[in-house]
Amino acid sequence: MKRFRAFVIKEFYHISRDRRTLLILFGMPIAQIMLFGFAITTEIRNANIGILDLAHDEHSQILKDKILATDYFLLSKELHSESQLEASFRDGTTKLVIVFEPKFSQNLERNGTANIQIIADATDPNTANTLVNYVGAITFDYTKQLNKDQNLPLQIDLETRMRYNPELKSVYYFVPGLIAILLMLVSAMMTSISIAREKELGTMEVLLASPMRPYQIILAKVVPYLILSFLDAMIILLLGKYVFHVPIMGSLGLLIGVMLIFIALPLALGILISTVVETQQTALLISLMGLMLPTILLSGFIFPIENMPLPLRAISHIIPARWFIVAVKSIMLKGSGLLVIWKEVAIMCGFLLFFIVVSVRKFKIRLE
Amino acid sequence: MRTIAFLMRKEFLQIIRNKAILPVIFLMPIIQLLILSFAADFEIRNLKLYWIDQDKSTSSDLLRQKLVGSGYFVLSGMGNNAMDGDAQLEDGTTDLVIVIPAHFERDLIRENSNSAQLIVNAIDGTKAGLGNYYVSQVVGEWNQEIREKFESRLGTSPSRPQIVQPTYSFWFNPALNYKTFMVPGILVLLITMIGAFIAAMNVVREKELGTIEQINVTPIKKYQFILGKLTPLWIIGLIEFTLGLIVAKLVFSIPILGSIFLLYLFAGVYMVMVLGMGMLISTMTDTQQQAMFIAWFFLVIFILMSGLFTPIENMPDWAQKITLVNPIRYFIEVVRMVMLKGATFSDISHQMIVISAYAVAINGLAVWRYKKVN
Repeated sequence: MKRFRAFVIKEFYHISRDRRTLLILFGMPIAQIMLFGFAITTEIRNANIGILDLAHDEHSQILKDKILATDYFLLSKELHSESQLEASFRDGTTKLVIVFEPKFSQNLERNGTANIQIIADATDPNTANTLVNYVGAITFDYTKQLNKDQNLPLQIDLETRMRYNPELKSVYYFVPGLIAILLMLVSAMMTSISIAREKELGTMEVLLASPMRPYQIILAKVVPYLILSFLDAMIILLLGKYVFHVPIMGSLGLLIGVMLIFIALPLALGILISTVVETQQTALLISLMGLMLPTILLSGFIFPIENMPLPLRAISHIIPARWFIVAVKSIMLKGSGLLVIWKEVAIMCGFLLFFIVVSVRKFKIRLE
Repeated sequence: MRTIAFLMRKEFLQIIRNKAILPVIFLMPIIQLLILSFAADFEIRNLKLYWIDQDKSTSSDLLRQKLVGSGYFVLSGMGNNAMDGDAQLEDGTTDLVIVIPAHFERDLIRENSNSAQLIVNAIDGTKAGLGNYYVSQVVGEWNQEIREKFESRLGTSPSRPQIVQPTYSFWFNPALNYKTFMVPGILVLLITMIGAFIAAMNVVREKELGTIEQINVTPIKKYQFILGKLTPLWIIGLIEFTLGLIVAKLVFSIPILGSIFLLYLFAGVYMVMVLGMGMLISTMTDTQQQAMFIAWFFLVIFILMSGLFTPIENMPDWAQKITLVNPIRYFIEVVRMVMLKGATFSDISHQMIVISAYAVAINGLAVWRYKKVN
């Protein structure tokens, strides 16, 4: 035990003497969560739109004002004829044009139906879709408002309740994902490099010749990073809570427990990577290139998993961050207990166990 | 010149002899391009709907059929009790819960109005907003339908609701094929990552292993050293880019409307910039670990703020200003403009100037920072 402690202390010295890495280790999550918490959003804000009003009458004016009164849209161009449509899209500044048909008010009042046409620049299909739906929703609201005072027969009212995130803030959605990505990459990178480094510099020989058992060597490598990553996670959690006001509805103990499991997971993965590579360079490339984009794209962090084609949905099951994000969202935003998220926790433990078993079996006590 | 050629040969040999790193450089990015391009779909459909019907009348049945038939929703289950809905929302088996109260049909006819309840899991705000909109739309349409039927049956004069009817058209990409949009972007990310990581580790590795001393005592000049290091990586980067373009063309049938020469011209300058960035990091750090962390720090910021995943226009003003110094943003813009819209040199001259200036500044800095004497 005393020997083991000495080993852990050695690792701590390694880390704490490298001021730059330490600075990045703690500065990075803070900088990133601040930046992304504010900047990464799928909420539409101030999208530039053009309006072609062929009617210029009462209702077209009201609806126009209603659309522009929201934070979503900004009038970039008032068009005057259909021939201008094409040109307004080409320079890329206008994302969407709304066309009001001639005699808009007259059609609405006499025939009961008036038409608007919504044309979107679909080079970015995701944005185009969202914008179109926003305009559709505003128009729909307007229609509802128009008919409110009419006392129509057989009126069905729909009461809507937005659960868990009543203000529809996108930061609620992104904070758990950011925690996952930061922890996944930092932890995997740190451990994979630290063992590969001993190999590359030749000091592994010294460690292996010591009376320490292999699992002790590995454990001593992991403990300091476990503590560091945990501190990182806490920093992010505090920032999320106090800067972005993401609530923690569920039990803090459970949240911390889930985080610990998830931190151990990439650490174990890092060890696994380091047992199969010889140089730091390869270790890093595998842990960075192999993990970065798949974790960002397939974990459900930005893009909903249920939209993906079947093979990708299948692949997303082996992305540990996916399970972590679901569990953290449930605990933080829904206040769920272990009963609800036991499946996610069990899967994460399974991954952890798998990585540990494989890396212990792969760990070679002899250098070639 | 011969000195540089020797250095280049050494670098090439080092890369080719490393059996572990070759697949990472060439295979991994291509596999990721193939797989990940399918992932980035924001279009929201098949929302899971849980149906709680406490009325069990013809009307509530019809409404359910109407909702399911609309194509926006998939029925995830049915229940009788409002508590069921809560449980379903909590464990994520459903996105929306609709509660039809008892006497739904009776109230509609007797009292002329009734109400149903919609509960939405709003953690993903955008999705929740859309779900709400889709449900109200379908309910509204159905409401109008039964109203007309009812009135014609009673023979009362039809009421006249006023409806603004929107029609939609999607220009330039009517099928809303998001792969056209994503593939060029992901390709840019991959070659940027490979270039920056390899370059960032290159010099610092020689430092860490001590082999840099052997080079420092030779008469090799600073610029020769940097050039000899960068050229092989530059060639690898462009080969990678070519492989990516082939995949984009053959697998995803992404059109290349503009000049392919223009694309390579920009990619060439861009690679010089990316490699210079890696090299600069390399000269400023002592260990590969440090170099990696710094490279990673900037790349994650550049990637997530490139406008590829979330539009730049949605960001607050200060964040939009930050994206002006983001090289990835420019390359993605150029690749899309040239490939999808057939842009010419004058269209991308602004991006070209920015990236060229970047490349000169960063490489100048890297050569200046590299010291032969510690």
